[in-house]
Amino acid sequence: MQANTLAILPEISLAVLAALLILIDLRLKPERKALLPGITAAGLLAVLALTLAFARPGAAPESIWGGMLRHDTAAFVFRLIFLFGAAVTCLFTIGWKQVERRGEFFVLLVLSTLGMTLMAAAGDLIMLFLAIETASIPLYVMAGFMTADEKSTESGFKYLLFGALTSSVMVYGFSLLYGFAGTTDLYALAAAVASGDLPPLGLLGALVLVLAGFGFKVAVVPFHFWAPDVYEGAPTPVTAFLSTASKSAGFAVVVRFLLAVFPAAVLPQIIGVAALMSVLSMTLGNSAALAQRNIKRLLAYSSIAHAGYILMGVAAASLLGAASVVYYLAVYLVTNLAAFGVVIIYFNVVGSDEIKDYAGLSRRHPGLAFALLVALLSLAGVPPLGGFFAKILVFAAAVEAGLIWLAVAGVLNAILGLYYYLMVLKVVYLDRGPDEDKPLPVRRAHMAALVVCLLLVLALGTVLGPMYDWSNLAAGGLF
Amino acid sequence: MVPVQYFVGLSAILFTLGALGVLTRRNAIIIFMSIELMLNSANLLFVAFARAFEALSGQIFVFFVMTVAAAEVAVGLALIVAVFRTKDTINIDEVSSLRG
Repeated sequence: MQANTLAILPEISLAVLAALLILIDLRLKPERKALLPGITAAGLLAVLALTLAFARPGAAPESIWGGMLRHDTAAFVFRLIFLFGAAVTCLFTIGWKQVERRGEFFVLLVLSTLGMTLMAAAGDLIMLFLAIETASIPLYVMAGFMTADEKSTESGFKYLLFGALTSSVMVYGFSLLYGFAGTTDLYALAAAVASGDLPPLGLLGALVLVLAGFGFKVAVVPFHFWAPDVYEGAPTPVTAFLSTASKSAGFAVVVRFLLAVFPAAVLPQIIGVAALMSVLSMTLGNSAALAQRNIKRLLAYSSIAHAGYILMGVAAASLLGAASVVYYLAVYLVTNLAAFGVVIIYFNVVGSDEIKDYAGLSRRHPGLAFALLVALLSLAGVPPLGGFFAKILVFAAAVEAGLIWLAVAGVLNAILGLYYYLMVLKVVYLDRGPDEDKPLPVRRAHMAALVVCLLLVLALGTVLGPMYDWSNLAAGGLF
Repeated sequence: MVPVQYFVGLSAILFTLGALGVLTRRNAIIIFMSIELMLNSANLLFVAFARAFEALSGQIFVFFVMTVAAAEVAVGLALIVAVFRTKDTINIDEVSSLRG
């Protein structure tokens, strides 16, 4: 019983943090409300420390709380990823006028993180559904948070419509799965699937319906339509959170579902579906990104392409594949947060997200330009940054699984990706802007968050050992 | 006792009707109602299977789906009001300032 309680310590402390934030927001004097993002970030980092100290799983994965949750390394590593992403997002909201003084925004952020940690640990269809909705519903509100802004409300509205539609399709898929197997427990479902008594075609149909819901969360083709619009309209800190933590949470579920519950040995068609979605996402994301003039839309299409690379690891359907997914997500989270950090800092000063307005950034603030350089090169997969090793891992997983054509498509896409990242860097470094001699103030909190992210990008590309070991343990814990 | 296949058929019809509504209607509130229909078709299936298996978990699932649907509608209507305030319309064809 006590071990069970310790295992959900992150969730308990997140719920306590959310309640505390409501109280703090009530008691705080209006002129001190600007402290809220810092308080939330500190609280999230405290939860991260508590998780590291007390909620480590044992060597063998366990089912706890009557099978509702799984206590394994996969859930543990993903929790750390979400908590870090949420904390950095909070730091980046400092200075975002419509958001930084609104306590309810940070309560929603913490509750959404709570949903994500449950998504990573869910061991039952009921829990999984509730976790996905707990993570999503606050995000709808956060995307539409700037109610006076036409784009923000539209972004929240579109996100909600797509989210509600795909989640209802997903629930229909869940109900069919329940009908086939007669259980809502994921691992009992896995045993029923492995026994081979269930009709494979029916299972595949139900799985496709379920994948609509998951595909929406991770924004892969053909469930990606919402992403560019929502990313562009939402407050940029929310966009950063959506494209990193929310996507990782979706993949935590995809990996568990496709590798542990529906092993490719029973349903070989899954590999084909995942590989097809992967190649479509990469190609469509990268080629649409080429034509973008708005940096947030460009990063949105780039995030669709990255979802494609990550799906390559899922399609490999092996231990290495699952480990590469975890590693890629960790790298992608810190890299994309750094890229969005620069976008947020620049928008706070200049008030524009157009790529052409980035001209002269390198002369105006060399440090910020360098941060963008490192982040974009890591997204492109240039050594010695984290993105390079992450790409090597997913390509290796695809080759090991015999999907050589998929790996070749991935390499070609990486080259295509390099082109548009370099186009942005060309504007930043070579083009001359009108305001080059004006100062560009950067807040200390922003700089600190940016430096931490960049150090991690570099560390994940050079000191591979610790994260790689964790990824392997996480992959092993799924089964 | 009505065989479970009948329920599966009925829920498939409801689900299709809901999906068609989402695809063809332009009014945000009607789209929302269609999504509710899709959710309820899944609920019907859960209850039918729960009775067929004589297991409770399906029925419990339905309770949670209903709760979540209510939360989603609350957020959805709030967002629809916010959109109406900025654009004076809830026709989804006219809510399209984000393009590229």
